[in-house]
Amino acid sequence: MITLRHVAKQFGSGTKALEDIDAEIQTGDFVALLGPSGCGKSTLLRLLSGLEHPSSGEIDWGHDGPPAPGEIGYVFQDPTLLPWADAAENVYLPLRLRGVSRAAAMPRVSAILKQMGLAGFEQAKPKSLSGGMKMRVSIARALVSKPSLLLLDEPFAALDEFTRHRLQDDLLALWRENRMTVIFVTHSIYEAAYLASQIIIMTSRPGRIFTTITSDLQDEAQRRNSPAYHATVSQITECFQRSVPA
Amino acid sequence: MTRTMTKLAPFIFLLLALGLWQAAVWIGNVPSYVMPGPVAIATAFFKARWALGAGLLSTLAVTVSALLASTILGVVLALAMAASPLFRAAVQPWAVMLQVTPVVAIAPLIIIWVGQPFLALVACAMVVSFFAILSNTAAGLAGTPAELLDLFKLNGARRWQVLLHLSLPYALPFFLTGLRLAGTLALVGAVVAEFVAGSGGFASGLAWEIIEASYRLEIPRMFAALFLLGATGVAIYASLGALERLILTRRDGP
Repeated sequence: MITLRHVAKQFGSGTKALEDIDAEIQTGDFVALLGPSGCGKSTLLRLLSGLEHPSSGEIDWGHDGPPAPGEIGYVFQDPTLLPWADAAENVYLPLRLRGVSRAAAMPRVSAILKQMGLAGFEQAKPKSLSGGMKMRVSIARALVSKPSLLLLDEPFAALDEFTRHRLQDDLLALWRENRMTVIFVTHSIYEAAYLASQIIIMTSRPGRIFTTITSDLQDEAQRRNSPAYHATVSQITECFQRSVPA
Repeated sequence: MTRTMTKLAPFIFLLLALGLWQAAVWIGNVPSYVMPGPVAIATAFFKARWALGAGLLSTLAVTVSALLASTILGVVLALAMAASPLFRAAVQPWAVMLQVTPVVAIAPLIIIWVGQPFLALVACAMVVSFFAILSNTAAGLAGTPAELLDLFKLNGARRWQVLLHLSLPYALPFFLTGLRLAGTLALVGAVVAEFVAGSGGFASGLAWEIIEASYRLEIPRMFAALFLLGATGVAIYASLGALERLILTRRDGP
């Protein structure tokens, strides 16, 4: 379990990105950080990744301690692949940086590429892949080291609706299979409602948590037209209406 | 308008221009020491082909040596600047100052300081060309995307791993652009240095061919040397451009 206590982040310029963040994230949960642009949700993700440190407050990692390199998978808004490396080399990168030999890594690399629906594209350079395929490679790269914590920063925001739906379903399938903790930053109410078991709603200037909603949509058949999904969407929408001061 | 037409257009234009030029010289009866026509220039070129060829070889030797030296100096300085902001702050203004000072103004000094004539010419050409490589490579190294740096950090990458697996390959296209620009700049630097050295008594290269022809009022030969110089510049630019495309398509795919 990850516990955030009174976490605040202020940048050098004096801008308060986050203020008084209290949250509990259960191991194995799928958490969405939902809010408008500029509410500090990406900053919160960076704090959780250890790339930034809180100005005050603390992040308690429980008895497991903070994650070691490779225990965190991180997916950015852009696929951020190395343009000179083919799909397999891109996915191999995190293992390579930790000294795993190519021969030892390749079975795992091929397996995860296959799981992401990219069998046969191992030798393809990013230039020849579509946006959705590049994002699949990027997710495979984040998962190759079998992380216990997967952080995603608006990964599907730049994709078309159809590709986004497929990737959302694939991500859910991966999560159900591996049960790693997933923290997913998004500004889409529908995406948060569809994916997450816990939705943290944030407001901006300064970034605060407005409220947290739990959803048990996960255990049903994942239908975008199920009543539970629509109920969650309206619940979130109502929260946002309340969060805006009249 | 077909593709072939578009490709042929510059050559057809050249032929037309040469024809008009020759016609103007014939009709106006212009003496060749004022304005030689293409035929006179071609004849002069053919007559002086060995001397011009030797001059070209000598100029090319200076250009290529300067380009190689610039590559080493530019890349090493760019790496040092990327590694240390303090070094960057200390060196950058002087590199810019060296760049903006016209080489004609520094060439006499360099020729006095560097006694050996060939090395002096190379040094002058380097002064002109190394900045293109330095600034482009430095921009490439500094422009490594922040997200990729984060990714390397999250996976516990060491500094040498970031340099070897990320910053250097990322900067390669920038370096190649710098190299292409530096190629023509090195030629310009070599010729300017040859002019300065030539007037100081050290005769070499295409520049000296131009100076000598002008002393003897062999204007057609002057033009021949000038055209050879222009063609060499275009050839250097085109071949470095082709090298750039070849390396990048082989690396990143078509």
